[in-house]
Amino acid sequence: MAYIQLNNGLPGITGLLENRVDTAAPIRELTQILLRGKSTLTEMERELIATIVSFKNECRFCTKAHAATVIALGGSKELLDTVYHDLENAQLSEKMKSLLVIGSKVQEIGKAVLPEHIERAKKAGATDKEIHDTVLIAALFCLYNRYVDGMGAYCPEDPAYYQKLAARLTTIGYDRPKDAMARKGEESFK
Amino acid sequence: MAFIDLQNDLPGIRGPMIYRPETGTILNELAEILLHDEDNTLSRGDREMIGAYTSYLNDCFFCQNVHGAMAQHYYECDTQFIDSIKKNFLSADISDKLKSLLTIAGSVQKGGRYVTSEQIEKAKSLGATDREIHDTVLIAAAFCMFNRYVDGLNTWAPKDMQVYIDRAPMRAKEGYSQLGLTK
Repeated sequence: MAYIQLNNGLPGITGLLENRVDTAAPIRELTQILLRGKSTLTEMERELIATIVSFKNECRFCTKAHAATVIALGGSKELLDTVYHDLENAQLSEKMKSLLVIGSKVQEIGKAVLPEHIERAKKAGATDKEIHDTVLIAALFCLYNRYVDGMGAYCPEDPAYYQKLAARLTTIGYDRPKDAMARKGEESFK
Repeated sequence: MAFIDLQNDLPGIRGPMIYRPETGTILNELAEILLHDEDNTLSRGDREMIGAYTSYLNDCFFCQNVHGAMAQHYYECDTQFIDSIKKNFLSADISDKLKSLLTIAGSVQKGGRYVTSEQIEKAKSLGATDREIHDTVLIAAAFCMFNRYVDGLNTWAPKDMQVYIDRAPMRAKEGYSQLGLTK
């Protein structure tokens, strides 16, 4: 049960965003640009940054949601487990590992990002824009994770919910679903 | 020196905002709704204070001074009063309701799971509405993003405190959504 009365029965972040569409609009738009907009990082790579930050913030809802999205975009559970627990041995490029290290440092606190973390990424071929977006995606998920858990948002246990959510996030993306039916389908998991 | 070439010399968050205006504009829109929008029962001063306090806890020099100066402007107080709230709001001369909201903001800064139903109940018992609690959580969460953006890219910040104080009246008048790319 959320700490405040919501105007809908949707779980997790979706319930919070639908409850306050004015503040939701820029949050959704920012996410759509960063995770689905034009980028030299793939959608899965950007979702991995969101997932590792959510995992480290121990936000169950966001971790499950973005892990399911990584899988929907071609990732695997094994990849996710390695990213969570043994990043250096993950089946990822050196560049992607270095960006996930930066994301993890941002999760701790801004000042935890050190010149050596940036140097490693640049040496591995990361561009300034990729580094910028990595920092902002990680920072954005520090917002999301705190919003979801700080409001006590409901976190469904049924994996089918996250598959449904991932299906929306890999098709419609992060824009507000115009089709009310899409939201209705998610509501049944409450 | 910022970690990446921002192609401008602006301090703090304004550097990366102008480097990537597509996202910068939206970050300002979010700040405008949360901190400056008139349609809110929390005063602008209290909302800025929640941002300044969260930034203080995140040790973000630029944000805590920008938003501390904004709160100081709205409260019509001195810097010492803002500092006393940052350092120990429980013994500061502010309302019990604001203390209960700053407690929630402090928990959000540590992590969402640190917010407890007792903290929420306390705020409600002191007259905080659901919307005020929501905005407190979202302002604190948003500053956990802004602070990380500013420090994670190692942006520079003016050391002279007067700079922040001098800019506050203009920002209060104009708000955040009009924050130009060169001002």
